[in-house]
Amino acid sequence: MGGKVVTISSGKGGVGKTTATANLGISLASLGKKVVVIDADIGLRNLDVIMGLENRIVYDLVDVVEGRSKLRQAMIKHKKFDDLFLIPAAQTRDKMAVSPEDMVKLANELREDFDYILIDSPAGIERGFRNALEPADEVLIVTNPEVSAVRDADRIIGLIEAADKGPGKLIINRLKTELVKKGEMLSSDDVFDILGLSIVGIIPEDELVLSASNSGIPVTLNMQSKAGMAFNNVARRVIGEDVPFMNLDENPGILQRLAKLLNGR
Amino acid sequence: MTNLLSRLFGRAKKGSGATAKDRLRFVLQHDRINLPPERMEEMKSEILAVIVKYLVVDKDRVEIDLEQRDRTHSKLVAEIPVAIHTPSANSKPVADSGAPADAAESNGADAELADDDSAVEAAKSDSPKDAKEAKADEDEEDKKP
Ligand SMILES: Nc1ncnc2c1ncn2[C@@H]1O[C@H](COP(=O)(O)OP(=O)(O)OP(=O)(O)O)[C@@H](O)[C@H]1O
Ligand SMILES: [Mg+2]
Repeated sequence: MGGKVVTISSGKGGVGKTTATANLGISLASLGKKVVVIDADIGLRNLDVIMGLENRIVYDLVDVVEGRSKLRQAMIKHKKFDDLFLIPAAQTRDKMAVSPEDMVKLANELREDFDYILIDSPAGIERGFRNALEPADEVLIVTNPEVSAVRDADRIIGLIEAADKGPGKLIINRLKTELVKKGEMLSSDDVFDILGLSIVGIIPEDELVLSASNSGIPVTLNMQSKAGMAFNNVARRVIGEDVPFMNLDENPGILQRLAKLLNGR
Repeated sequence: MTNLLSRLFGRAKKGSGATAKDRLRFVLQHDRINLPPERMEEMKSEILAVIVKYLVVDKDRVEIDLEQRDRTHSKLVAEIPVAIHTPSANSKPVADSGAPADAAESNGADAELADDDSAVEAAKSDSPKDAKEAKADEDEEDKKP
C-alpha cells in the first residue's frame, strides 16, 4: 500500500502540532525519505510560514479537492530537500470545503509516490480533525505537560480509539526540565501514567523554536537546538529505529550529580 | 536545615506538579465515564436512599468510588457497612434474601451501631433527601441579605 499516513493531532490548540509536523517533515527528508506534509488547518494556514514556503504558493488543498488544480501543481517543493513537499491549506475557505473522503482519496494518491504523508491537524474535535484522522495509519498526539492540554489529549485519544485509529503515540512538547526537577511541572512519566500511551518524543522548551518560526527555518536544521535534536529523534523512532531518550539536563552540576547518587537515581 | 538539605539534594516537597497530576486524575475519571462529579454524588445518594429502605447503613463509612485501570476499564466499587440484625434491637424489617455478603463480614462497629438506637435514628434521619433539603435551606439562608 506504499507510503504511510501519519496525522499529528492534539485536541487543545497551540501545543505545537504545526511545529512538530514541520520538523518531522524535515527530519524524515534528511533521513532520505520521500515526504509530503499537508496543512489540514483550512482557514488558518500556518505550515507554509513555519517551513518558509509561503511565497511559493499558487494552489492549495481545496483547489485540489475541487478539481481546479492537479495534485502535483499544488505541491510546493522545499528549498533544501528535493524529496520534501508541502500541500498548503486554503486560507479563505472553511473546513467544510473538504470531507474525510476527499482526504482519503488524496492520501491514497500520495501513497504511491511518497514514503510518508504527514497531516497537520487543526485543533478541536470537529470536521478538520476528522479530515486529518480519516486517512491516518498512525496518529501522533502532541501535548504539553499541563492540565488542560493533557485533558484535551485524553479526549482526542478516546476519539482516535473509537475511530479504530488507535493507539496513538505521544509527543510531549515544551517540557521544562528545571520545573520538573522542582516538582512544579508534570513530568513525562506523569503524563504517561495518566494517558497510558507510549511516548514517541519528549521535546524541551527551547527559545530557538521561536527564532526558527521567525526565519521559516525549522529548528531541526539548527544543530544547536535541543528541541531540534529531540524532533530528529522522533523522526527516527517513526521510521522504526530504537533511539534512547536524550538527557534533557543542561550540564548537570556537581550538586545534582551528588543528589542523583544520594537518591539512588 | 532539613529543608535546605532536601532542596539541595533535589528531593522537593509536593509541588504544583503533583497537584496537577491529582487534578488531572480526578477530572479524567469523570470525563471518561461522561458523568460529572455533581451527578456522581447525586447517584451515590440515590443508591444509598434505596439501600437504607432495607438496611441500616453506617453512613459515615460508606465508600462508593470509581476505580479506573485505564481509559477503557472503569468500575464502581462500593463498600457499604450495614448494621447486623440483633433480636434485642428495635427491629427493622429486612428482606428475606438476607443481608449481602458484606454484612457477614460486619465487624464490632456495625454490631454496636445496631445496639445503639440513637445512632440508628441518626443514620435514618440523615437520608439523602433530607440532606438535600437541608442543603437547599442553607442556600436559601445564603440568599437572605
Ligand atoms: N518546544 C518548544 N519550545 C518553545 N516554543 C515552542 C515549542 N513548541 C512550540 N512552540 C511555540 O508554541 C506556539 C504554538 O506552536 P504551533 O503553532 O506549532 O502549535 P499548534 O498546535 O500547531 O497550534 P494550533 O492549534 O493553533 O494549530 C508557537 O509560537 C511555537 O513557536
Ligand atoms: Mg497549527
